[in-house]
Amino acid sequence: MERSPRAGAAPTAWGALAGSPVRFLTSSWPFRSWAYLAGSSLAGLLTLVAFLALALTGIVTSIVVIGVFVLASMPLLFMAVGDLERRRLRVMSPGGAPLPSPHPRLRDTGLRGWLRQRRRESLPGRELGYGVLLAVLLWWVDLLVAANAVLLLSLMALAPLLAHYEEFVVFGWTASSAWEAVPVGVVGFVGFYVFFAYVATALAAGQVALARLLLGASEEQLEQRITELRRSRLDLVDAFETERKRIERHLHDGVQQRLVALTMTLGRAELDVPEGPGLELVRQAHGEAEAALSDLREAVRGIHPRVLIDHGIEAAVREIADRMPIPVAVDITLSGRLPAPVEATAYFVVSEAITNVAKHARAGSSRITGWEQDGDLVVTVTDDGVGGARIGAGSGLAGLVTRLDALGGRLEVHSPVGGPTRIRMECPCRIEP
Amino acid sequence: MPDRTLRVVIAEDLALLREGLVGIVERGGHEVVAAVDNADALVTLVHHDPPDVVITDVRMPPGLSDEGLRAAAAIREEHPAVGILVLSQYVADAYLTSLLEAPGSGGTGYLLKDRVGHVREFLDSIDRVADGGMAVDPEVVRQLLGRRRDDGPLSALTEREREVLALMAEGLTNGSIAARLVVSEAAVRKHVGNIFAKLDLEQGTDRRVAAVLTYLRG
Repeated sequence: MERSPRAGAAPTAWGALAGSPVRFLTSSWPFRSWAYLAGSSLAGLLTLVAFLALALTGIVTSIVVIGVFVLASMPLLFMAVGDLERRRLRVMSPGGAPLPSPHPRLRDTGLRGWLRQRRRESLPGRELGYGVLLAVLLWWVDLLVAANAVLLLSLMALAPLLAHYEEFVVFGWTASSAWEAVPVGVVGFVGFYVFFAYVATALAAGQVALARLLLGASEEQLEQRITELRRSRLDLVDAFETERKRIERHLHDGVQQRLVALTMTLGRAELDVPEGPGLELVRQAHGEAEAALSDLREAVRGIHPRVLIDHGIEAAVREIADRMPIPVAVDITLSGRLPAPVEATAYFVVSEAITNVAKHARAGSSRITGWEQDGDLVVTVTDDGVGGARIGAGSGLAGLVTRLDALGGRLEVHSPVGGPTRIRMECPCRIEP
Repeated sequence: MPDRTLRVVIAEDLALLREGLVGIVERGGHEVVAAVDNADALVTLVHHDPPDVVITDVRMPPGLSDEGLRAAAAIREEHPAVGILVLSQYVADAYLTSLLEAPGSGGTGYLLKDRVGHVREFLDSIDRVADGGMAVDPEVVRQLLGRRRDDGPLSALTEREREVLALMAEGLTNGSIAARLVVSEAAVRKHVGNIFAKLDLEQGTDRRVAAVLTYLRG
């Protein structure tokens, strides 16, 4: 038989057991199973010892208060066992995803971090159940099977040696010399090896199933985790928005005002400086200050326009439309203000789309519409240009899609070559994770 | 610049700009009665001693939204003759129409803050507002112009008449419009007459303001 390089990697132990025996026996599964069972025996025994030690110390020292703390740390033992066992499952799931833990992700590495975080958590009942099962049942079952396997296999391996000293009887077949015992030993060894490979793998697979059942995160925990993730993503979008507003305020109240004050001073100087090269320089300085002001205003507009903060989407969109070189019709009807991240995202989608229209579409006119529909804000930007637009890498729309995604919205671009182009954005008006 | 001394009150929350405005107004030969940094102080001040012209920022503490505009409305109600010049960071037509529609004989102005550096024009605006006229930032007019609908009352006007109307909206007199368009003042008067006729404005009302309002509403 030709072994493929990944012959040992049947996706699950059950699959390997049910498949071709040759393939199974030459795969890594029997060894994985043995390793897993040996680990279980050790882990179970250690759990039992630790439990007894903790319980005993706790009870003895509860006369002095310390015992209470010792007993109170009992859940930690089972959480530690749970964490260890989830790790050990990797032996039995080559290439598979790790089992999701019912506990929140650890923030710090190391024992200290583990302790600090886990001691504030409560022990899930299923994790306790697994720990108890491991400590009182599983470990010695595994140990028993392993001990039998070791015993019988070594007996078969040593058969010729044993027969040399004493008559060797197995399954009613007697070997009285070393040479006679060789076939018995070989057949027996192979037979037991195959038998125990199956037994061990089945046992390990059963325990893995049990561990997955008891140690994995429940459906609700997973859902809760997803909700948390969504919320943190929204928080991120929100933080992003707050930061932009902060930058805008800083530029607006700081730099921009200073520049305005500078143009005022230069304007006054123009009145007072007598005609001549001096006045020419002042006029030039005035022009440059105004250019700087205009550049700054453009930059601020790209960060977070003040008119959006003050008056909402409609006014802000009108302002963009008014600055466009082509006629842009604006038709936005909204019942009121929307959450800031929604407004900002809608604004930037329109801004990006309409800028693209002006730059690439060779359009004669464009239209921006916005309305509320089933709790969603819908905004469309259409033009009569040449079409062929798409959300590609490097386009500003690509980044906005990510932002929309975090808010639960989406963006559609319909732009056949030859036009017309229609960009449609939908976004829930309310932010909820 | 006409050599008269206007009494001016300035309201602007940012110290740097407030000082700049005071400097410019004084350079124009006017008297700055007071310079305050919030809308409440402005209203109180004008209540006790109404000046000729009030120059106010739209956005001021405590709310940093449109306090200046509301103060302007309150002042207009109490002292209709006081000229009001509003400075805004950006073009918001809601500001402008609410300003222009407030009744009163006092002049009204709406300028973008960034343009105060054009000192001569700014001082002209103050004069116009003090005379009960109008001063609208050309940028504001330009942006509103791009928003005109094709089916509005303005569709009947010729290109030239619209040009004249846009300059009227900036607050220019017939003489200034004539100079700007390099035509005779008589020609401008003829255009203005046509505009009034086409917009169906009755004799007797302030047709100039009414025409501009029609224009701004599109």
